[in-house]
Amino acid sequence: MARHVIAPVDELPPGSRKFLEIDGRPIAVFNVKGEFFGLLNRCPHQGAALCEGPLIGLATSSDPGEIEYTKLGEIIRCPWHGWEFDIRTGQSYCDPRRFRVRAYPVNVEPGTHLVKGPYVAETVRVAVESDYVVVEL
Amino acid sequence: MNIQIRERPQSAASTGIKTAIADGDIHPARATRDELYPFLAKRWHSHLESFGAHAHQGMMEGPPYPKAQPNAARRDAYPPEGGPQGSSLSFMQKQHLDPNNVVLGVLNPLATGQGLRNHDLAAAICAAVNDWQIEKWTSKDARLKGSVVVANEDGVSAAAEIRKRAGDPNFVQVLLLSRNAEPLGQRRYWPIYEAAQEAGLPVGVHAFGYGGNPITASGWPSYYIEEMVGHSQCQQTVLASLVLEGVFARFPKLKMVMVEAGFGWAPSLAWRLDKVFSKLHAEVPHLERKPSEYIRDHIWWTTQPMEDPESRDHLFQVIEWIGWDKLLFATDYPHWDYDEPSRVLPPGVSDANRQAFYLDNAKKLYGIA
Repeated sequence: MARHVIAPVDELPPGSRKFLEIDGRPIAVFNVKGEFFGLLNRCPHQGAALCEGPLIGLATSSDPGEIEYTKLGEIIRCPWHGWEFDIRTGQSYCDPRRFRVRAYPVNVEPGTHLVKGPYVAETVRVAVESDYVVVEL
Repeated sequence: MNIQIRERPQSAASTGIKTAIADGDIHPARATRDELYPFLAKRWHSHLESFGAHAHQGMMEGPPYPKAQPNAARRDAYPPEGGPQGSSLSFMQKQHLDPNNVVLGVLNPLATGQGLRNHDLAAAICAAVNDWQIEKWTSKDARLKGSVVVANEDGVSAAAEIRKRAGDPNFVQVLLLSRNAEPLGQRRYWPIYEAAQEAGLPVGVHAFGYGGNPITASGWPSYYIEEMVGHSQCQQTVLASLVLEGVFARFPKLKMVMVEAGFGWAPSLAWRLDKVFSKLHAEVPHLERKPSEYIRDHIWWTTQPMEDPESRDHLFQVIEWIGWDKLLFATDYPHWDYDEPSRVLPPGVSDANRQAFYLDNAKKLYGIA
């Protein structure tokens, strides 16, 4: 699994997302309240650019009339048919048995320990002190 | 929570469809409220600004139920130049027509004069929408064909509008909606069918509309999801009415298209009609054939939203009853429940049936070479 530096942490503040292509695969990286998540930007249902949808919460019900709204900002809702996926696991909450979007591990690592790729290496050099967002793929 | 680093979310769909397709249900939208004004007499400009346009429903504006996405449309379908989804030809070409290899796209405008209480206003807006389809869409892209929209509750003006457009290659069908003041087989609508048959234009009946009646047969439901599945029962009452009122007996060359209301229910409705008809045919002696025969011979079906049973055998059995020659593939672009062309048909369909499903049936029905 190769590691790809995608941005300095400063460029991805909480609440933001970044779209990129790695080895021909469309990826989106999210900063949700300081935690980073990466997803393949393709809905397993009909192929829409899943990560262009809004981040919402998950409405669940343990008993009729009891509604809990949890995972606020951690559920991505597809811009087409509204399929909902947990940004942490890629798990679909519409039909958990059938659909799962591919989740990629995203880490924040110190700038000095980066694997330098052809494009990313330059970015590394200009901001040695900052932390960078790295995608493993 | 939803700051986007990229300027605006747009994407072309990834597509695995290699062959040319027809799309039986595309929804063009107006970029601005007054985009129709050049096609409307001045009288109606001030009328709209003073009184507005009021539909056959309770004292409210807008659709009766909330939608799943803004404007009931894909969130990635906003044109870069602004305006609602479906309002830009160039973006429709870039996002849908070109990548999906659409060679024939049937436009079904929904926000028209249909369902308005003021019938003169309804007729004026429908005529304006028809001119607008030519000006903004069909004259600019030969792949797109328009639908003649008509003032549905006023058969006389509707028939006049159809006759005005007869023979115009910009149009391939007449468009009605499924919710009307009365079931569509009633004789107040017959002038529409007479004119359509005369013009050689099929009549499409698209889900939705404003008829003033509850949107299900048992009253007003609570949820949008009930409206979505309610289209099937509404369309069943439309189809039963068309058959039992003798519309197809009276207009034997009339072809009709059921748009966006499913097709899985067709066999069961036909079986039930036939069964009851065998006992009650004396009540409807104007019928010359069994109800199922009228349905099979006169009705075409658009596919979106595609039936999606757990077993594909069930899907194939339904289609075999209807006939592979009667289905018209449709995406519903840019609406949110869009069907991606490469994803709708399960494996196991012959090349000939695929070709009919995706393209040939539509070309034949709409008379496109």
